[in-house]
Amino acid sequence: MKSLGIFRRSFAPWADPNAKPFISFRNVTKRFGDFTAVDNLSLDIYTREFFALLGGSGCGKSTLLRMLAGFEQPTSGEIMLDGQSLSGIPPYRRPVNMMFQSYALFPHMSVEKNIAFGLKQDGMPKTEIAERVAQMLKLVKLEAFAARKPHQLSGGQRQRVALARSLAKRPKVLLLDEPLGALDKKLREETQFELMDLQYELGLTFVVVTHDQEEAMTMSDRIAVMSHGRVIQVATPAEIYEAPNSRFVAEFIGDVNMIEGKVALEDGRSILRTAEGISVALPETLAEGQSVALAVRPEKLKVSRQQPEGAGVHAMRGEIWDIAYFGDMTVFHVKLPSGKIVKASSLNATRGVEDPFGYDEQIWVSFEPQAGIVLKG
Amino acid sequence: MQRAISAVTRRLVILIPYGWLLFFFLIPFLIVLRISMSTSAVAMPPYTPVFDWSEGWARIRSALSELSFDNYVWLAGDPLYLNAYLSSLWIALVSTALTLLIAYPMAYGMAKAPTTLRPTLVMLVILPFWTSFLIRVYAWIGILKPEGLFNQFLLSMGVIREPLIILNTNWAIYIGIVYCYLPFMVLPLYSALEKMDHSLTEAALDLGCTPIQAFWRVTFPLSLPGVIAGCLLVFIPAVGEFVIPDLLGGSETLMIGRTLWNEFNGNRDWPVSSAVAVVLLLLLVVPIMLFQTAQARAERAEREGR
Ligand SMILES: Nc1ncnc2c1ncn2[C@@H]1O[C@H](COP(=O)(O)OP(=O)(O)O)[C@@H](O)[C@H]1O
Ligand SMILES: [Mg+2]
Repeated sequence: MKSLGIFRRSFAPWADPNAKPFISFRNVTKRFGDFTAVDNLSLDIYTREFFALLGGSGCGKSTLLRMLAGFEQPTSGEIMLDGQSLSGIPPYRRPVNMMFQSYALFPHMSVEKNIAFGLKQDGMPKTEIAERVAQMLKLVKLEAFAARKPHQLSGGQRQRVALARSLAKRPKVLLLDEPLGALDKKLREETQFELMDLQYELGLTFVVVTHDQEEAMTMSDRIAVMSHGRVIQVATPAEIYEAPNSRFVAEFIGDVNMIEGKVALEDGRSILRTAEGISVALPETLAEGQSVALAVRPEKLKVSRQQPEGAGVHAMRGEIWDIAYFGDMTVFHVKLPSGKIVKASSLNATRGVEDPFGYDEQIWVSFEPQAGIVLKG
Repeated sequence: MQRAISAVTRRLVILIPYGWLLFFFLIPFLIVLRISMSTSAVAMPPYTPVFDWSEGWARIRSALSELSFDNYVWLAGDPLYLNAYLSSLWIALVSTALTLLIAYPMAYGMAKAPTTLRPTLVMLVILPFWTSFLIRVYAWIGILKPEGLFNQFLLSMGVIREPLIILNTNWAIYIGIVYCYLPFMVLPLYSALEKMDHSLTEAALDLGCTPIQAFWRVTFPLSLPGVIAGCLLVFIPAVGEFVIPDLLGGSETLMIGRTLWNEFNGNRDWPVSSAVAVVLLLLLVVPIMLFQTAQARAERAEREGR
């Protein structure tokens, strides 16, 4: 698929056919008894990538991460790191470190001792340990808290200690399981950017698990959207949003209007006809009568009083049913003649408008020809 | 009004444990202390002076002046008592260490067992309490005596030619104490290990520890409150233990519980045996206080940790 232009990326090893993946899951399956937590999953992650595993609770994200860390063994399949198979290698001999969902800080050790734990285990000389710990404390801005015990810290501070501890050994790969899950919204947003900066500066590969789509979109180079132990789509945030490959992904990420239709034949070519009278040419030949949906994001739907003009613009009559004002934008819920309600959002770029829309007003909703995404599945 | 009533009830509720301690600990202790400062006599009760409240304040005053520390001086002068104290402490110490060595793996195994199995395992640990303590100790005589089950088993297996002499030695006492007090060690250890977050062990493995190193650097230090509680629960009663050394130990085994028994029943010397008991209590108060501060610290850490 051609890359979508939202902003220019200079870092895109996945698009380079010569690039070698750093981490490879090859047909990995993990079963717990009869239950399949990870189902024949294949995935490549590249060096210095900030990679997100995104999916609902219980879809197997943590299990995937734990297999990479060595806490679980795949039932079948293989995980490769830097060209070497990880099978049979215990967690303490893998060049990866994990930041745990619960942080798992050692309660009987001070912040300093927690950070030094892995270094001491490796037999690093004392002076070097002290140096590295000081460096890590500075990195996470906790210099003043070195002597505290974990229970004397706030949630955000504990999160930083966990991060510092997992980074102290300079692992090749850092695994983060819901790293910001326990933080409040504001702290979360700040920390997201700090994590991104840190990852960039240290030149590490991050694999982060999250169920928060905004978090995944903000932080990562690529996202793997997971469901029931499978990867549904792996792509950049922009591609995931603008070119979802399935209804599942389109609905999981952001808001979307699904305009349902059926495949019809016109001049020997497949087209999509919706109940609202919209027809869209399909890129491939599909069986006549097959159900297909046209996905349109709310911000791509435009509300207007006049019938919109322009080549190929799809327009539908509708009635304003509900108005949700969010400050930065307003979302109009528009009822179509078929009874379906679609959402159209518009940015409030000016302070107030001259003649605003009102409830029950008859209007037009329209979208550009390339705004709709045809989804079969 | 409502508030006044609830304040009164709260006071009453607090009074109950204090009342309990007063009536069942402090007052008996004061009686023992007072007897320990009397002189033995062939009378009923077998000591003087006896406080006779009917003869007025002056008589009580003169009785009080008759009290003395002679018995304590005597205890200090006779090496028998000092040896009995030291030997009791030593036997209790060795038994506690052995109990810990056996109980820790048991508790660890229980804490790692599937959740559904754990209540059954706890049940099995406390099951011996359903039989009389005395009967269980007697049963060990049957096992340990020269022609007992244990020796017969070893003989039949060809491990030994001559029966081992275990009964009436200190080893029999160790076995008896370890066996009887094992649950008191297993249960606090189990409760400390069971509530430990498994992800801490994983974090240690992740940071480069082998499973054994992870145990010594993380699991064991975190189970220390359980270790301390278990050790004190075994050590304190083991020091004063009487039944086990009497039934399983030899005639030359010196333990303070037995000495006390002999003074009290054999010599009918209530004042000296009371003095023995008071000194024993003072010896044990130190570990009890240690136990309580450790307990309080663990509780505080837990509260703040949440
Ligand atoms: N040790 C285990 N034993 C049995 N089932 C497990 C185990 N670990 C995870 N699972 C199951 O596997 C599924 C995926 O779990 P997980 O990877 O933790 O999901 P999430 O995507 O929320 O992180 C869940 O349904 C969970 O119940
Ligand atoms: Mg999870």
